[in-house]
Amino acid sequence: MSDQPGTDPAPGLQAAPGAGDSSGAGDEPDVEGATSGGGRSLMGQASTGRPSASRVIQLLAEPIMAIVFALIVGGIGIVAFSGLLPDHSAFDLGLPIAAYGALIGGVASLNGLTSTLVYATPLVLAGLGVAIGFRAGLFNIGGRGQFLMGAVGAMAVATAIGKDAGPWITIPAALLAGAMLGAFAGFIPGFLKATSGAHEVVTTIMLNYVFVFVTYWAISGPLALPRAPQPITADVTSLNAGLPIILGRDGNLGILIALLAIPIMWFLLFKTTIGFEIRAAGMSPDAARYSGMKTRQLIVVTMSLAGFLCGLAGATTLLGVVHRMAPGYDTTIGFDAITVALLGRSNPIGVCLAALLLGAMRAGAQVMQIQAGVPAELVDALQAIILLFLIVNIFRRLMSNIRRPGRRKGMQDALNDAVLDRGGAQ
Amino acid sequence: MSGVVQSLDALPLLGIVFQLLGYLVENLSYMSHTTVAVAIPITLAALCGVMCERSGVVNIGLEGIMLTAAFVGWMTAVAAVGLMGQGAPLPFFGATLPLLIGLAAAVAIGMLVSLLHAWLAIHARIDQIISGTIINIGAAGITGYLYSLVAGQSFQGAGSFSQIDVPQQIVDLPAIGWLLNAIFRQGPIGLTAIIVVIFLQVMLFRSRWGLRTRAAGEHPRAAETVGIDVIRLRYMNVVMSGALAALGGAWLSMENTNRFDANMTAGRGFIGLAAMIVGRWTPLGAFGAALLFSSVTAFSASLQIDPPSGDLGSLMGHVPGEFWEALPYLITIIVLAGLIGRSVAPAADGVPYERESAT
Repeated sequence: MSDQPGTDPAPGLQAAPGAGDSSGAGDEPDVEGATSGGGRSLMGQASTGRPSASRVIQLLAEPIMAIVFALIVGGIGIVAFSGLLPDHSAFDLGLPIAAYGALIGGVASLNGLTSTLVYATPLVLAGLGVAIGFRAGLFNIGGRGQFLMGAVGAMAVATAIGKDAGPWITIPAALLAGAMLGAFAGFIPGFLKATSGAHEVVTTIMLNYVFVFVTYWAISGPLALPRAPQPITADVTSLNAGLPIILGRDGNLGILIALLAIPIMWFLLFKTTIGFEIRAAGMSPDAARYSGMKTRQLIVVTMSLAGFLCGLAGATTLLGVVHRMAPGYDTTIGFDAITVALLGRSNPIGVCLAALLLGAMRAGAQVMQIQAGVPAELVDALQAIILLFLIVNIFRRLMSNIRRPGRRKGMQDALNDAVLDRGGAQ
Repeated sequence: MSGVVQSLDALPLLGIVFQLLGYLVENLSYMSHTTVAVAIPITLAALCGVMCERSGVVNIGLEGIMLTAAFVGWMTAVAAVGLMGQGAPLPFFGATLPLLIGLAAAVAIGMLVSLLHAWLAIHARIDQIISGTIINIGAAGITGYLYSLVAGQSFQGAGSFSQIDVPQQIVDLPAIGWLLNAIFRQGPIGLTAIIVVIFLQVMLFRSRWGLRTRAAGEHPRAAETVGIDVIRLRYMNVVMSGALAALGGAWLSMENTNRFDANMTAGRGFIGLAAMIVGRWTPLGAFGAALLFSSVTAFSASLQIDPPSGDLGSLMGHVPGEFWEALPYLITIIVLAGLIGRSVAPAADGVPYERESAT
């Protein structure tokens, strides 16, 4: 139960000293004891993917508690700062009720529901992208850059062939190009980690900024509309590349793509060899390597797949929702996707539920801002508070586990050990 | 024949190299000062990282700590101006009482957020990268929300700290005048950062605290055996270092500018983290790495203010401005990937410590 750094090289934001040799990025301590004792973790590393009914309730209880607590704290925040809002008295106790009421009311209509699905679409795709990384023990913070590259790839193909080819060719080609460019954006940190051991957390964040500037350059340069007064791309609907509306007022085809991605990713993770290897590498890189899996290749494949999904999110958002790229085109999907993956415990079905929740909050936030005057940014704050309560709640569970004799490893150790490629287990 | 053609091709290249050197010398004063200034928040973040990671706690929440401090410092100063007015300027650094109150608030909130990270990392033993990420998400979300509450209102600004003027005799010194000017023409936070770099370097490797910190980061069990309270030490280091990252944030909103923008840290905390790794977890090394990154920023800023002429100018005209903006991040990635294996983290970095219990 103790950490012994002398025997277990535990890298910080970088690979262990032995990263240069053949052990590579998988030079991590064994965590088998952690996963067998802990049962499951926040990332869902050890969950089976097909829980029983009581298990489902158990799985849902913690996120729901976290959400409830976050809403209470958010309400206190609204009251505390209500004096800063125009037309509101200080410490307006009714304001949280009005705000949350407007938020829920904004979702509870046909347009509100389709709006929720539209907001949830990129969250599902990018959330799956982060989740598959977690499953393999990789922390993909590069969702932002991969999403932007997805948009750039889709826009580039739409600009190049959209005028001549019909929508039946342009749309699939643009989606695929976006996903592939996103996959390339994910491949780079994966390749760097596999070959040099550079930690993906730092490289993906640095690459985010690189890709932001690549996007700015693309908008003002090769993708810019000729003779436009300001650098802006063409509208994809004029290029036969706009995703068709399949639901309500603005429910585009991207919803269907996200819906299909969930069972596909579930199947891939839990029913295929590569999925098994990804999960095995995430639970115990050493065991995976000793059993003959090529952990370095797995890192590259997983990061590329994560980038593919985030890129697809970027492509569907551009082709289905935003339609054109203006200067300063950017996204908050990187952090949102991490929230979704953590809240959904890296399980495709959980990711779907978490994305729907966040999508509903985003859809309702606009209504809340208009009707109650509370800024839509409240949702960003709520998101962080939900996460905070989620992990602290897990901590409480750990305390009850520790007091139970005969249980060597608690939940928290499972989390600490299994999530990332390091651990304190002996 | 081909040899002649090649040598002819080489000539303009040589010319461009000379033009570049000439351009660098010509703009040395501007670039050197900008390099040091841009490096200040990165260095402060990196120093915070060094203090945390040397004692065994990974802190990727630097960005969030900086952002929170930048917002709270600016907001408190503005609120103080609203309550008590600007007040008489104090005789140093253009400081006013509201500015000093804001600075104190920034440092306090930075330490408070660090305390949260310390609690999550040391006590709750949450994965430290996740805990740091949550701090980043929370800082962006909460400052974004609070800023959107006040952004539309008009109020009197609190101003900012000003730089000291290096005496002209020193600036005119041959050979080193420009360097002294670059280093010392800073505001109070910038000067503090430079002093803290040296102070921490000495403390970390020459003091009892430094030895204990390094012991806790390398082998906490052994450290505990010889009577060091590892948990307490880690708490102390993380909370104290929060003040440094907070100063980095305050530099952004109260010394470099006099305003707050949503997400104004723009990745400086993360670059600081990279500078810490490149600088091999030493304060001086981190400062050097921060200067490396900021020199690229300074060069690209100089290109925009004073575009070079001649062949060099036409060559630079072909390079999109975005390339220069992305270059510091690209260099960070390349240096990181190239350094691996030679830059080794403290052995217990990121590993939660748990005492041996009687049961």
